[in-house]
Amino acid sequence: MEIALSVKNVVKKYGDFTAVNDVSFNVEDGKFFSILGPSGCGKTTLLRMIAGFFEPTAGSIEIRGKNMANVPPNKRPVNLVFQHLALFPMMDVKENIAFGLRRRGEKTPEVMKKVHNILERVGLPEYADKRIDQLSGGQKQRIAIARCLVLEPAVLLLDEPLGALDLKLREHMKVELKKLQAEIGTTFVYITHDQSEAMVMSDHVAVMNTGRFEQIDTPSNLYNNPASSFVAMFVGNNNKVTGKLAKDESGNFYVLDKNSLKYAITSIKDCKEGDTVGMYTRPEAIIINPAEDKTSFNRTGVFVKAVLFDGGNSRLLVVTPTGQEVLVALPQNHQFDYIKKGDNIVIGWDPASSVCFKETGAKMYDDEI
Amino acid sequence: MKKALLVLLVVLVCASVAFAGGNKEKAAAENKVLRMLTWTGYAPQSQIDEFERLYGIKVEATPSSNEEMISKLRATGGSGFDLAQPSQDRVVAVVEEFGIYQPIDYSKVNTDQLDASTLAATKKYTEYKGQSYAVPHVFGTSGLVVNKKYVKKDPKELDYTDLLDPQYAGHVSYRCKRPILCAMGFALGYDPFALYSNPTEYQKMLDAVGAKLIEGKKVLKYYWENGDALLQGMRAGEIWLAKGWEQGAWKLYKENPDIDYVAPKSGAMAWVDTFALPAKSENVEGAYKWINFVLQPEKAAEFTNAEGYGTASKDAVKYYTPEAAANFSRCFTPEVMANMNWYPTVPSGLEEMEGKILDKMRAAK
Amino acid sequence: MMTKSKKLGWGFFIFFIPVFLWLLLLIVLPHIELLRMSFTRAAYLKQPGLTLSNYFEFFKEPIYWNTFLRTAMYSITVTIIVLIIGLPVAFYITKIASLKTRGFLTILILIPFWVSELIRVYGWMIILRESGIINHFMTKFGIWKQPIEMLYNDAAMIMGLVYTSVLFMIVPIIGVMDSLDNSYIEAAYDLGAKKWVIWRHIIIPHCMPGIISGCIIVFMMVLGSYLTPNLMGGKNSLWFTQQIYNQFILYFNWNMGAAFGFLLLLMSSIIIWIALKLSGQNLKEVVK
Repeated sequence: MEIALSVKNVVKKYGDFTAVNDVSFNVEDGKFFSILGPSGCGKTTLLRMIAGFFEPTAGSIEIRGKNMANVPPNKRPVNLVFQHLALFPMMDVKENIAFGLRRRGEKTPEVMKKVHNILERVGLPEYADKRIDQLSGGQKQRIAIARCLVLEPAVLLLDEPLGALDLKLREHMKVELKKLQAEIGTTFVYITHDQSEAMVMSDHVAVMNTGRFEQIDTPSNLYNNPASSFVAMFVGNNNKVTGKLAKDESGNFYVLDKNSLKYAITSIKDCKEGDTVGMYTRPEAIIINPAEDKTSFNRTGVFVKAVLFDGGNSRLLVVTPTGQEVLVALPQNHQFDYIKKGDNIVIGWDPASSVCFKETGAKMYDDEI
Repeated sequence: MKKALLVLLVVLVCASVAFAGGNKEKAAAENKVLRMLTWTGYAPQSQIDEFERLYGIKVEATPSSNEEMISKLRATGGSGFDLAQPSQDRVVAVVEEFGIYQPIDYSKVNTDQLDASTLAATKKYTEYKGQSYAVPHVFGTSGLVVNKKYVKKDPKELDYTDLLDPQYAGHVSYRCKRPILCAMGFALGYDPFALYSNPTEYQKMLDAVGAKLIEGKKVLKYYWENGDALLQGMRAGEIWLAKGWEQGAWKLYKENPDIDYVAPKSGAMAWVDTFALPAKSENVEGAYKWINFVLQPEKAAEFTNAEGYGTASKDAVKYYTPEAAANFSRCFTPEVMANMNWYPTVPSGLEEMEGKILDKMRAAK
Repeated sequence: MMTKSKKLGWGFFIFFIPVFLWLLLLIVLPHIELLRMSFTRAAYLKQPGLTLSNYFEFFKEPIYWNTFLRTAMYSITVTIIVLIIGLPVAFYITKIASLKTRGFLTILILIPFWVSELIRVYGWMIILRESGIINHFMTKFGIWKQPIEMLYNDAAMIMGLVYTSVLFMIVPIIGVMDSLDNSYIEAAYDLGAKKWVIWRHIIIPHCMPGIISGCIIVFMMVLGSYLTPNLMGGKNSLWFTQQIYNQFILYFNWNMGAAFGFLLLLMSSIIIWIALKLSGQNLKEVVK
């Protein structure tokens, strides 16, 4: 498959501050590629370098095999959907969409044909003559994308375009956008801080932190096999236990926490015995009242501090006798309806479902959702 | 209730307006303030202060010009000021047309300290229906201000027509106002003042004078608007020859003897600025006091020494500084005095005719 | 009992009466008197009754309507020049300069307006005159052999007018340009637009209300200016306000002056109306 976008060792510095630090990746033609990271991680800077608004300090950006160094935004075969869409309020819908085509000097009949085609594709055929302020949030979204798609860019860049929408519409647009991309087949590069957006829509997701890519992978791999503690924490929910990695006499690894509790673990990645590590276990990997025969399980009696009801995503917040808070998935099959706040229950999990990474001590992220 | 409030409000507004007016009137009625329309320099601060000490009357002097005095008093029907200083030729016509001045009671003027012939002339020129309307104060002339470094012609032969001489192109200046028309009329052999009473002939003269001035406009650097700007230009050597007043010329003479006042061959244009009482003057007594005060020989000489202009005060000459005396004797020889053209009263409507010619001059390329 | 709405009405009247009186006494009544005057003859002619002679005189005499047209054309020219200068300056201040330099630049533009128009014009005269600063240096360094008179021509006058009015264009444009989201400009750029296309299709349409109000202010100011054309224009400068001044003050022809005044008012209203029509703006939008 052809490579639509290739970013090689790109660095962007502002004085002493490095916003983007040696980032490389390729996006294949027709794929939906997301860059996921907390705000301030450098993802917007990276996107703007691809669009051509900034020049990289080092490294190169190639689009369809052509080096884009010193090519201004208006000459690049990429288009950007802005965070707040930036639909021109002084023009109606069709003039907004026609704007780029006219800049290419195309004749009016030709332009109008393309405008109507693309309006049809985004499902708003009768909106050509509407003013921008007559559109709803979702319609604006689609017009903004149509305005770029009509130019048939090699890569469509999207800068958190769903951020301004309310939750329900956002959920809906996620699916819409994915469908649209699959239909049209244009390469999408999408940046977001919302891991759910990235996971739902993308073929590949790059997780970015402090200017670097932590991991580029498919959404399921990111979730199941995080390559770093940052990815483990940022993608999905995880329970973290900090402790020392140790080995018992039979050669099995375990994590010894500060209260001298032992947690067995099988997957230790590149950690060594004696390292201070963080052990990560997903809430849904933790089983309430595990069967007695699962002898390999890590087990502990806990106190239920709260029942966090959230439909299919409901959880229990429990506290171990040593004060460690743990989130436990609460399956909604009425099996555990009897559990109330203040109860004492037993939880357990398969040591194989935990992963551990060397503890860096760095803060993962601030109050980012 | 509501109506009462509204009425109260209106009354309050009116009362405050009335009070503001009333206060002023009260002050004037007690002869505490003398509001005067005058010319720059005619009421020196030292004399204002001394006058206030002597009579307890505060003087508010507003510097103005002939045209402004008439416009201001015309707009108010002759109120708002207690004393004005129009030129002698701008009194009768406005009395006739707008009635903005009142006759002078000469018994209240200390005529002994005035030059008898000047007073007689002013009385004659400002007479309307048997009464006279002005007391002479300052007189002066306009002639040529010449920089002899550049203008080599014999000063005795210089005339207004030299303002049109191409050899001085780009270094000549005059005002685009009526005096240049009259002056050029004399230089071209007309007697504009005799033609005042004959509008058709006067128009013919204006047409001829206008044509000459338009033809000579390429020689002109600019029409000067205020005396200081002209002095600046002459001092910097940008202007070599200009029509102007002796006062400014003498200031420059002091700095650079090359620059001096020259009375033109066809005669300098002489004017008298007078004292006149606005029709609704609120402090007539104070006005007479001021007239008698500034026309004392010492006070008049003080003014002449500072400003350069002569006054109607008879014995002021005795108190002249040698410099002032020398200026007068150098530039105003008996021949020059005899050849002087005194401005007579301007009849109504003349300014309109002149205005059109002046507009044409301005518009000409 | 007073209802709430009636109370509001009272407050309104209390504040409205002074405004109303002010408008009536200082604006409406004098204009009615001037209008009456423009249709009568001078008093000394002793011909009472209404007449159009003052207006006929205007059309009969080429000097008057030539000056009138000249004033209109130059006012429009100056407005256009000011707009051409003002747009990029406003753009630089709002979009390119950092927040700190922005305040500094705004003050820099404002400073000349702390002194009176007269002083500003004299400043230019000192620089441009034959014995002025430029000529002094140019002749001193031998670049010019002879001092050149740069003052007293139409170019100097236009420059003076542009200088005295440019602030009144920049300030309203800054106001609207501030509200222009940068992403519109970037989006247009991204969609393939060149710089002038961005100006033509994005920035100018967005700034139109500010541009029009700036243009109206500048046009009226220039049309009504007296000092600058008079002092910098020199012997050939003709400005219609001068004609009005001359009629009122020098020739005592208040009737003609009043007629001229109304013609000027009429012309400025018509030109502004045409400008609003051409730009598709309405006055409500512009004064907002």
